[in-house]
Amino acid sequence: MPGVDGFMYPNEVELQWSVLIVLYPFITGLVAGAFILASLERVFNVQAVKPTYRLALLTALAFLLVAPLPLQLHLGHPERSFEMMLTPHTTSAMAMFGFVYLWYLMVVLVLEIWLEYRRELVLACRRSTGLMRVVYWILTLGSDNISPAALRIDDRVGHIITIVGIPSAFLLHGYVGFIFGSIKANPWWSTPMMPIVFLFSAIVSGIALVLLMYLVTSWMRRVHVDMLCVDTVARYLFYAFLVDFALEMIDLIHRIYEADESFRALDFMVKTRLFTSQIVLQIVLGTLVPLALLASTQLARLSERARVRLYLMAATLTLVGIFAMRWNVVIGGQLFSKSFLGYTTYKMSFATREGLLPAILLMLLPFGILAALVKLLPPWGDVPRAPVVHGR
Amino acid sequence: MDTTRREFLMVGSKLLIMTAATASALEHVIAGTPEAVTTYNMADHWWAMLIDVDKCIGGGQCVRACKTENDVVDEPMYFRTWVERYHINMADPDHPIVDSPDGGINGFSEKYADGDGKTFFVPKMCNHCVDSPCTQVCPVGATFRTNDGVVLIDKEYCVGCRYCIQACPYGCRYLDPRSHTADKCTLCYHRLTKGLIPACCEVCPTGARQIADLKNPADPIHEYLRTHKIQVLKPQMATGAKVYYNGLDGAVR
Repeated sequence: MPGVDGFMYPNEVELQWSVLIVLYPFITGLVAGAFILASLERVFNVQAVKPTYRLALLTALAFLLVAPLPLQLHLGHPERSFEMMLTPHTTSAMAMFGFVYLWYLMVVLVLEIWLEYRRELVLACRRSTGLMRVVYWILTLGSDNISPAALRIDDRVGHIITIVGIPSAFLLHGYVGFIFGSIKANPWWSTPMMPIVFLFSAIVSGIALVLLMYLVTSWMRRVHVDMLCVDTVARYLFYAFLVDFALEMIDLIHRIYEADESFRALDFMVKTRLFTSQIVLQIVLGTLVPLALLASTQLARLSERARVRLYLMAATLTLVGIFAMRWNVVIGGQLFSKSFLGYTTYKMSFATREGLLPAILLMLLPFGILAALVKLLPPWGDVPRAPVVHGR
Repeated sequence: MDTTRREFLMVGSKLLIMTAATASALEHVIAGTPEAVTTYNMADHWWAMLIDVDKCIGGGQCVRACKTENDVVDEPMYFRTWVERYHINMADPDHPIVDSPDGGINGFSEKYADGDGKTFFVPKMCNHCVDSPCTQVCPVGATFRTNDGVVLIDKEYCVGCRYCIQACPYGCRYLDPRSHTADKCTLCYHRLTKGLIPACCEVCPTGARQIADLKNPADPIHEYLRTHKIQVLKPQMATGAKVYYNGLDGAVR
């Protein structure tokens, strides 16, 4: 059979989960990571990252709104997907997605953003006229008390929500890892490390995305970047990445040393069909190079310009690397036979329901949503527009 | 053989009653409520399958019968049952050479010479596991195990997420490209509930496939299990597989 080496069970020849299912953990990971970065400022009071706080929240929301779309597009019967909420099968990890998602979207993210912006929404409502006034009035939910006492309550509730939000973000992405990690039939997926590796790679990708968004939006708005802020964010990226890399290496070393019945098949797959995406893109270009770039900014005294460039490169490569990691998990997990006797090929189509084109559009969509959100809820309030004082 | 009038009437009336009962049973089965069938009591049965590897000659009749009986998509990546040919070279017993051209639907052409290692056929199908990973992961409970031990799919409810296909360790499931829902062997449930045996068992010329009712004390399966060394596929998966293989080589995955 074309595309098949060795022996596959006949029903295994076609891949079940396409590039859209690669996007799903990638996007939810970005959400969880961006939120965790935002909560650093709020809960742990890291003032240096404050300029990214609101941007991180809006980025998380933009991506979270898109997160279920690739799943819907992939389903054989998307019109029945609501049954998961109405009649969830309690033993199914997947059935919990709707609840985890809604909890995170409505209880954590939307509420936190609303409380954060409530004062400005009220002021904007008073200021504007016509349609925008109605829009802002709806966004205030009719709550126009912005007395200091009311704002203090907002702040306090916001603080509590962030505290609830951190385990929720862990839950969201740890849960996505569990969807794969709990499949005992698939040795490439089945490891209790999966939720933890997913979680840390999520934090890494979210921080990298917010760093990138902050640098790009600063450049677009022609304002100086707050170097203390980006240095701090980059440092967190470096630390989180080190932990993530260590976890992945523990998993890898464990697999190699244990060398169970699946090892030979998986080892062969990594050295052949997954070589480019796993070794080249994920490990070398997507992990070792950004780690080296970030380490160089920690070790050497570099100019601001040089640092910003290195951060840009490191964040971009990190995102490529984490995307490759999701690809290798989802697609890699389907390229070998559960008989361990053969391999199949993933043939990605282009302009079909599960092809490359919808995947690209789905990846662009959150940026469009983010642009609209930024227009409606400007996140730059606290950022000085004039050249900043460096090393505050 | 002489048949008395009395015997003729007995058999004839039984047949008449059965036809009517079968018709009424079929009605319920088609309506998706097999439990309402009056002639079939779920609680009286616990279905399993017995496959005798040494008896399988790889003719592919079972695969053809299954495709026809169950209207399985006629393409080589959709099978409710298929047959694999294992060839084990004695110099390298850890690396069996396996093939299953078109699922073995047209049988197998000669490939290995006599004396060149050992070659045997292994029919595969859904194992109708007691603790089936596929039913565990279904987000809406569209796939389930019946009280008589058969794993089925409600095609009206399946959302087509394919999680069950990923969760099956044996590769027994696929997504039906016509209905966009998961599909797999039903043990010919529509036949079982009418007192018939699955199509694959019906057509097997050597009796390599035998349906077994573990709750029926008269079923020869009990004697067979007592007197033979039986194995299931991938026992380490602890799925409670109910397709019992006699003469299964350790190399089979």
